[in-house]
Amino acid sequence: MSLPLAALGTLAWRNLWRNHRRTLIMLAAIAIGVWAMIFMAALMRGMTDQMVRNGLQTLPGELQLHQRDYRRDPSVVNSMEPPAGELLQVLQSAPVAGWAGRVRVPAVISSERGSRSVTLLGIDPEAEQALGSLPEDLFEGRGLEGKGDRGLVIGASLARRLETALGKRVVIMSQDPDNNVAERGARVVGIYRGRLQGDEDRFVYAGRAAVQELLGIGQQISEIAVSGNDYRRVDEWYPRIAAAAGSGLETLTWTELDPFLGSMLAVQDGFTLVFMVVVFLALSFGLVNTLVMAIFERVREIGLMQALGMRPGLILGQIMLESLFLLCLGLVAGNLLAVLTIAPLASGIDISSVAQGMEMMGMSATLYPALHVQDMLMSTAVVIILGLLASLAPAWRASRLDPVAALTRD
Amino acid sequence: MNVTWVLAWRNLWRHRRRTWLTVAAMVFSNILLIFLVSLQLGSYQMMIDGSLAAFTGHIQIQHRDYHEQQHMYQDVPAVVDLATRVRALPGVEAASARAEAFALASSAERSFGILLTGVQPRFEPAVSTFPGKLREGRYLRDGDEQAIVIGAVLAQNLKVAVGDELTFLGSGRDGSFAAGVATVIGIIDSGLEEVDRSMAQVPLGWFQQVFAMGDAGHAVVVRAPSVDQVQATASALRSQPAPTGELVVLDWETLVPGLRQAIQSDMTSAWFTYGVLVVLVAFGVLNTQLMSVLERTREFGVMLALGMSPGRLARLVGIETLLLAGLGLGLGLVGGGLLSWYLSVAGFIYPGVEEMMERFMLGGRIYPEVSAVSMLIGPAAVFVGAMLAALYPALRLFRLRPVAAMQVA
Repeated sequence: MSLPLAALGTLAWRNLWRNHRRTLIMLAAIAIGVWAMIFMAALMRGMTDQMVRNGLQTLPGELQLHQRDYRRDPSVVNSMEPPAGELLQVLQSAPVAGWAGRVRVPAVISSERGSRSVTLLGIDPEAEQALGSLPEDLFEGRGLEGKGDRGLVIGASLARRLETALGKRVVIMSQDPDNNVAERGARVVGIYRGRLQGDEDRFVYAGRAAVQELLGIGQQISEIAVSGNDYRRVDEWYPRIAAAAGSGLETLTWTELDPFLGSMLAVQDGFTLVFMVVVFLALSFGLVNTLVMAIFERVREIGLMQALGMRPGLILGQIMLESLFLLCLGLVAGNLLAVLTIAPLASGIDISSVAQGMEMMGMSATLYPALHVQDMLMSTAVVIILGLLASLAPAWRASRLDPVAALTRD
Repeated sequence: MNVTWVLAWRNLWRHRRRTWLTVAAMVFSNILLIFLVSLQLGSYQMMIDGSLAAFTGHIQIQHRDYHEQQHMYQDVPAVVDLATRVRALPGVEAASARAEAFALASSAERSFGILLTGVQPRFEPAVSTFPGKLREGRYLRDGDEQAIVIGAVLAQNLKVAVGDELTFLGSGRDGSFAAGVATVIGIIDSGLEEVDRSMAQVPLGWFQQVFAMGDAGHAVVVRAPSVDQVQATASALRSQPAPTGELVVLDWETLVPGLRQAIQSDMTSAWFTYGVLVVLVAFGVLNTQLMSVLERTREFGVMLALGMSPGRLARLVGIETLLLAGLGLGLGLVGGGLLSWYLSVAGFIYPGVEEMMERFMLGGRIYPEVSAVSMLIGPAAVFVGAMLAALYPALRLFRLRPVAAMQVA
């Protein structure tokens, strides 16, 4: 005496369309809710992605190695030898996509019109290429040509503040391992525009060998930056490098190097889920209302079914199915809407009107919404699970109706 | 008139559960909106207060080009006198003179580039919260010379403690070589790594000697009684006769443009959330009212046949919605008000975003701002949304034909 599921499904489907206006309104509400969930998630994911990427290009790398005391005391004294032996081998094998050794020291740069404190980066341009850590937008002049280049590449904003220009000489001052002031005149050979204005003011690039010579540290470097091109999967290969580096070096992933950046991913996932649940709650009142009314109209009919021997479980199932159909239709519509609205925005949303505010959060002036399958799945899960939970109460009440009382109701 | 209201009220309770569910949706959204808006406004207030009170101040008087270019020679002449005069003006809570220079600071073991600030020891604590965050030693005093207060991270990087000497090298106002030796008398731990890494303060008088500034400085920092009064104070300052034509009065929105924009960008995403909530509630009301109109088709047909005008019927539906939305508004205001009032006393913590809050100089707790704006803006939007949603069901009544309506099964 069990109705086949197909028949139950047909019954539920037809019931759904008995009052098509109500169903359509509810469908529209669910679709808008789902759309909002996915759209918001895509925006947030785009923001976080960009923040993390920008952050990683500035750091740079998803993993960095330093002499053990360097981070606590970022001085030239705490430099390290360039990688050799086992470490070099690990760095040159997959999944490492690129690595670079750099000298990174605090310095003061002076023109005849002023001086600023900066971070001097002695780099090997070829190695940095793989990390994507060099400024992309060279505004004037040329980039560094090899690690022996004796010129400087400085930010446009710094050049303005120093009132210096391409081809002019500036003095760069830092400290050698014996705490003597090491200074050298150098020519500005390139001016770059940074992703963030703060970077333009802060980073001055020079050839690594030239900086090593200035500081008198031989072949030593301050840090090794390593990239595997996927910041979400660092944990898979991080232990091998840490093991090869040994205990004299400190091996840290980006989440440890920049806790702000590291906390972003978790915070974003949390916010997305909270947003989805909140939107769903606002939706759930309408959903329950719709079901309550649908049952109310059918009290006599349900009583009749029960009188004819339909089991409460089947009545419950039928109403739950009706709710499920409604939710699924709404989900399909909402997801379609989300895909259709996000696709045209893939080339970026211009938010330059609030660019400096975004910069405080480590972002640049264009926002790229990122539609991820997992957000669509998450919204689907939230809607189906919470939706069925919300439908349970009215459906259960309907299945417990007293047939005689229900039939005599007018 | 009166009958219509009684009728509307009774109609509302023909389906008690449906009415309550619709009201509950409104109350839920109203409470949520009140909570979110007051939280949002509260955190903006704290962002503004926190970051401005830290160092920038509400208003600064500077040389016209100094904010953009920050050259030593773009100075404010007779800066101490100017600060004294500004301090006496109405609408100015506190004012202090400052001068700034970049320099290379060296201890016995280490050298770092720093931003050296010359301050008036007596007045600086009134415009900035940093002097209050002293961890060791003491803050500067009037009459101090060759004394320096530095940030905790800088002290650690330079490997110096209170009592140690620091040398700094830089260039003076005229481009000449400037050098000085000072004893560390205090270490400040503001909790902001960025600040503690580079902050260093010396007495203004001595700064002027070392950097060949004469009696000039780079800014007079002004604090207004509150952020809301900044504009008034700024215009009062602008109306004062300027000692030279080169000075400008800059308010915090110019000094820290990022702050206002961070607030704006945050607002944009917040409005999206609010809009979605309001639209969803409006759909709920639309559903309820449309159903309640459709199920009364016969009844309305009879009323039309008895001579009631469709306009009056539409008004009946309108009044029903008004009562429904009013109920949601009232209950939502009570609930939301209680919640945000409680939180404005107890404070609210977002778990896991401490680093983000630190960046905007917020403490661990946010205190929502309870005001007429934060209380009413959300619920008012829900109310209007609900009323708009009732338009369609109400307008349908004008198309109702009595005979056809009465025949509906």
